[in-house]
Amino acid sequence: MNKDTALALRTPLTDEVLAELKIGDKVKLSGVVYTARDAAHRRLAELLNKNQIAQLPFDPQGQVIYYVGPTPAKPGQIIGSAGPTTSFRMDAYTPQLLAAGLKATIGKGARSPEVLAAMKKYRAVYLVAVGGAGALLSQCIKKAEVIAYDDLGPEAIRKLEVVDLPLTVANDIQGNDLYQEGIKKYAIA
Amino acid sequence: MRELKTETIISAVKKMCIEANCVIGEGVTAALEKALTTEESPQGKEILQQILENNRLAKKNMQPTCQDTGTAVIFITLGQEVHITGGDLIEAINEGVRQGYTEGYLRKSIVADPIKRKNTGDNTPATIYLDLVAGDKFQLQILPKGGGSENMSALKMLKPSEGIEGAKKFVIETVKKAGANPCPPIVVGVGIGGTFEGAALLSKKAHLRKLGARNPDPFYAKLEEELLEEINKLGIGPQGLGGRVTALAVHINQGPAHITALPVAVNINCHADRYKVVVL
Repeated sequence: MNKDTALALRTPLTDEVLAELKIGDKVKLSGVVYTARDAAHRRLAELLNKNQIAQLPFDPQGQVIYYVGPTPAKPGQIIGSAGPTTSFRMDAYTPQLLAAGLKATIGKGARSPEVLAAMKKYRAVYLVAVGGAGALLSQCIKKAEVIAYDDLGPEAIRKLEVVDLPLTVANDIQGNDLYQEGIKKYAIA
Repeated sequence: MRELKTETIISAVKKMCIEANCVIGEGVTAALEKALTTEESPQGKEILQQILENNRLAKKNMQPTCQDTGTAVIFITLGQEVHITGGDLIEAINEGVRQGYTEGYLRKSIVADPIKRKNTGDNTPATIYLDLVAGDKFQLQILPKGGGSENMSALKMLKPSEGIEGAKKFVIETVKKAGANPCPPIVVGVGIGGTFEGAALLSKKAHLRKLGARNPDPFYAKLEEELLEEINKLGIGPQGLGGRVTALAVHINQGPAHITALPVAVNINCHADRYKVVVL
């Protein structure tokens, strides 16, 4: 990560800040992010489907969800290894979270056309971290606390406080996709 | 008859689970370093550097390189002249996995039922394969297999008339469709032949080979080279964000098949290519 060229971002995210981001931009994210994976998303979606927004474990307005299920912390550690999981498994639930005010998701791998359209519609971005770099990424996590669904173990919702989490903008609010562009650039016919 | 105690097996499995997840093999590191010299995308180079740095840090701290510490896939090679004492062999393997994943602070990623999805809490049961051989050898091989790459794997029953071209096409299609999801640069395990489940097992066993070692049959060795070249033309690159290095290696295992059948299985592994072997 080239620290000199990375943009420093702080959560919660605003439309003004997100409007500046373009695919391929390097970002150093600081502030609170919430973890959620498949099982937690299913529960969040159930609440949203019943219009019980007040019962969500956190208010999604301006917030960021990190798709991660960390390893358990060793004694003295804040959190175990904590890299991104594959995002497309959460695609079915993402548009309704974006509609509820979520401003960014963090994961790895390309999103569905429905999620791309929802990001454009609700002015949200998709940020990617390096998959399989969980030991390195865990060093950016300064605080971790389970705030909901403890019974889900690694899939519980955690409130993390991160400092300079190294990310790349994969989808911006204009609807551009770094995965498509990147592959197009390097594919040999 | 050589006697082997289950307690020896338990402690070996426990250690293997931890080491395979925290210490990346030298062959993998060498392949990633080589990829760094051939990758043209600046973004791709940066990702490869981050992966190498992550792996160094994980080894130093004896911490898993990745939060997905996988399904414990374990291959037992059991000489028929070995007598296991002190308990049940399969239970000993599971006990080793239980201890390794619990005491090693690895993630417990196994649900007891695919639909009801309740976590078993200790990463058991392991996925265990047993090969019975002559003599008194006892060997354990572990592949902690991550979900991201496993989910992008595929199998197809081709018609024999589709031949080598059909097999190549299916492998390329599978890798292309997988894109960024299996954490490229990937290692592609291919099983050609056998039965339906046999092809899948051949493709999984392809990951037991030392990274980049060629198939002993020159025909398949050449096919491995050709497929690697084709895959690296796809442009997927490190983490799927575009680049020259999509795969580090292609390993093919072939097997006898029915006169009607040409099964092809593609088992994708992530850049960590985690593996550990112990002979007891």
